[in-house]
Amino acid sequence: MVVEGKDAEQMAKEHKEISISEFFEKNRHLLGYDNPTRALLTVVKEFVDNSLDACEEARILPRIWLEVKPTTSDRFRVMVKDNGPGMLDKRIPKTLGKLLVGSKFYKHIQSRGQQGLGTKGAVLYAQLTTGKPTTIISSTGNGKTSFYELMIDVKKNEPKIISHKYVEDGRKWHGLKLEMEIEGRYVDSRTGVPEFIKEVAISNPFADIIFDGPEGRMEFKRGTNELPPLPKEIKPHPYGVELGIFRRMLQDTSSRSIKTFFMNDFTRVGSTSANGICEVAGIDPKISPKSVDRETTEKLFKSMKKAKLLRPPTDCLSPLGESIMLSGLKKEIEGEFFSAVTRPAAVYRGEPFQVEAGIAYGGKLPEDQAVEVIRLSNRVPLMYQKGDCAITKAVEKTNWKSYELKQSGSNLPRGPAIVMVHFASTWVPYTSESKQAIASYPIIIKEIKLALQEAGRRMKSYVIGKRKFEMRQKRRKKFERYIPEVAETLNKITNEDKQLIKAKLQKKAKEVTGVKISG
Amino acid sequence: MVKKRGENTSKKIFEFAEGIVEQIKEEKKPKMKIPVRSLSNVEWSEDKGVLTLGNKKSNRYFFNVGHARKFMQTLLIASFCKDIVDENIHASIRDMYYNLKHSIGDSKENTFEEQSESDPLIVDIETALNLLREQLHLLADRKGVVVGNVKVRDRGDVIDWSKLGSGGWSIPSVVEDIEFVDVDADFALVIEKNAGFERLHEDKFWRDYNCILMGTGGQPARGTRRLIRRLAEEHKIPIYVLTDSDSYGWYIYSVIKSGSMALAHASDKLATPSAKFIGLTITDIMEYKLEKSIIRANDRDIKRAKEMLDYPWFQEKEWRRELKLMIDKRIKAEIEALSSRGLKFLTDTYLPEKLDKKEFLP
Repeated sequence: MVVEGKDAEQMAKEHKEISISEFFEKNRHLLGYDNPTRALLTVVKEFVDNSLDACEEARILPRIWLEVKPTTSDRFRVMVKDNGPGMLDKRIPKTLGKLLVGSKFYKHIQSRGQQGLGTKGAVLYAQLTTGKPTTIISSTGNGKTSFYELMIDVKKNEPKIISHKYVEDGRKWHGLKLEMEIEGRYVDSRTGVPEFIKEVAISNPFADIIFDGPEGRMEFKRGTNELPPLPKEIKPHPYGVELGIFRRMLQDTSSRSIKTFFMNDFTRVGSTSANGICEVAGIDPKISPKSVDRETTEKLFKSMKKAKLLRPPTDCLSPLGESIMLSGLKKEIEGEFFSAVTRPAAVYRGEPFQVEAGIAYGGKLPEDQAVEVIRLSNRVPLMYQKGDCAITKAVEKTNWKSYELKQSGSNLPRGPAIVMVHFASTWVPYTSESKQAIASYPIIIKEIKLALQEAGRRMKSYVIGKRKFEMRQKRRKKFERYIPEVAETLNKITNEDKQLIKAKLQKKAKEVTGVKISG
Repeated sequence: MVKKRGENTSKKIFEFAEGIVEQIKEEKKPKMKIPVRSLSNVEWSEDKGVLTLGNKKSNRYFFNVGHARKFMQTLLIASFCKDIVDENIHASIRDMYYNLKHSIGDSKENTFEEQSESDPLIVDIETALNLLREQLHLLADRKGVVVGNVKVRDRGDVIDWSKLGSGGWSIPSVVEDIEFVDVDADFALVIEKNAGFERLHEDKFWRDYNCILMGTGGQPARGTRRLIRRLAEEHKIPIYVLTDSDSYGWYIYSVIKSGSMALAHASDKLATPSAKFIGLTITDIMEYKLEKSIIRANDRDIKRAKEMLDYPWFQEKEWRRELKLMIDKRIKAEIEALSSRGLKFLTDTYLPEKLDKKEFLP
């Protein structure tokens, strides 16, 4: 009997058990569950992202029903229901009940849930805080509905099915309903759930969203039937890969030689470039990637960074586009003028990215307040770490005085406006693991500023036009106010027809204060 | 005669308004031409010896935000004047202001907010239509008294300026309609100061010297200035002016003689180029040994004297000499300074000597 010794398999298993539950516990702050307020927002965010992603991929105009209701003073029932494609019955447990930390780590695609634990993390958080399973109801439109109550077996990192039914009910529907009870705290502030939902509605105007919260129901109606194009997955560009990832790529590749590894696993590396990289590193291009030692890896990594390569393709990105942005702003903001600008794609450190900016101006927006900045990263609103974010910095560095807003120094401008910036990229460079602020690379700041300036110019010409119009109106009003006095007086002196004088002067007043049409 | 002048005023206002109506009918931007009254448009006419208004005119457009209100106000005033002229009644400029002030339509704006808005527009109409305020039947402040062997007819009453006791005849603000019935005077003495007038009146100076005695009480009112002009023009009465010996007194003389910058357009009616200056001068102070009563000239007096040295109508050598004396010695004196030589010194010595020697400044 072996009492003290453990075999390798057992050890590995134990190690895994510890790592997954501990990983979550220790990294709650990185994963968006650091406090009850944030945790509630994160769950909502994961649910909404999941639904939007599923609908978009299936090219379905999303309809999302979200419920957040308190069950006790510190617990909430969170429910989301969508009209997405639904999930295959047998795939539900694996998809929602098995943690694959960093599963999207290599994936170079612009997606909402770029990193992190997604819905699975929410399932785990629910079970950790309330001990209750997550309820899943789904159908793919085949007349059958799946019912699951699911937990995660943390030790095995496997789904734990509490109950399961797969019923042929003949209902022709497709979609997914998730429901769970979690510990949380609800706030209605700039970083709260309602603001998040509002910003989601602005950035996803093709979605119908109903939010039934503790304070009642809010409806965000769809503003456009246009879906943005699907982003495409690309292979990483050598300039954007970090050493650790490069090392893992060498391990995981199915390519047989270093040369084909470079050509197959990266974008923009052809036969000549691959040979060049190997040559500079002093490595035989024919050796197997798996045989490369630590020292050689570093040599290859350095020479790869120095290679002259084309910039990565940018058609893999899916910006919202000007018309979708405008529709989002118009439907949720009671402004009077809207402008939206989509910049051409650019590249930072081998990653393609694209900046879009929108401005809503005037109307019912408050006159003398710092403008509100809506920050979107791959269409998802960023709610925290405003001050660290490249978007905030770029807004502050833009000279808004040239665009008819007030601004003192390098502060947020003041005036009746809301500024929205969308940063789309295959890989968003966050400043920290909590992924709420975009890193301030100079090229990123520059692109954001260019987008803001263009949107600002359009706003300015509107404001100036409006001011001119108002001035003309004011002039006309003045003339029109005096016309009866003048007509009356002239009539008194000369006995000329008062109405005729009045009519002639009124006609002239319109003429001299009207828009001048040239040509 | 009265009727005829009223008709002229009424007709001019009618034509002025009719001109604007024509522009409106032709769908032009209606405008009125108003002579420029800034100093740049005031000229000294050497020939006439008076200040005149130049030819510069500016357009006042209705369809100009900066002009519209004034355009309307100018018409309101014109209409008001036509009404009172037609009715043959007079109104003070304050009466007019209150009469015309009302809110415009349903706005909070009034046709006139302050009297200071309407006053300058009266002068605009005067200059634009070449009509005097008197012809518009608007009354300026009255000031000034007169005595002498003169009979006038005023609104049907015959008034004998020699039989008005100690007060004298208070000169009305409009003397246009005064009819001279009998004028028996060798000259008229115009005194800036009421005190000086009282002295000479009490001493029966005007009887002894067969003259008209007029007190202006400071800067003469329009009515007084017009009366002086009419006496000089219609009855060839020599006009002699007595003021304090300082820049302000001398300027009063120049206003009587050459007109003022503010009313340069009316110089032909208000100025009396034939007027002569009898005193006081700085030279008098020395000749009549009035040193005891000298007042030290202050900076304002000196500054004013220096300005006057530059005026084209103060270029006679006599005046330049007096002004320079004043500036150099920094002295001035009041008419009352003569009393230091005795209360009747003015009546019995100073004036008789001056008249006798015909010692006048131009």
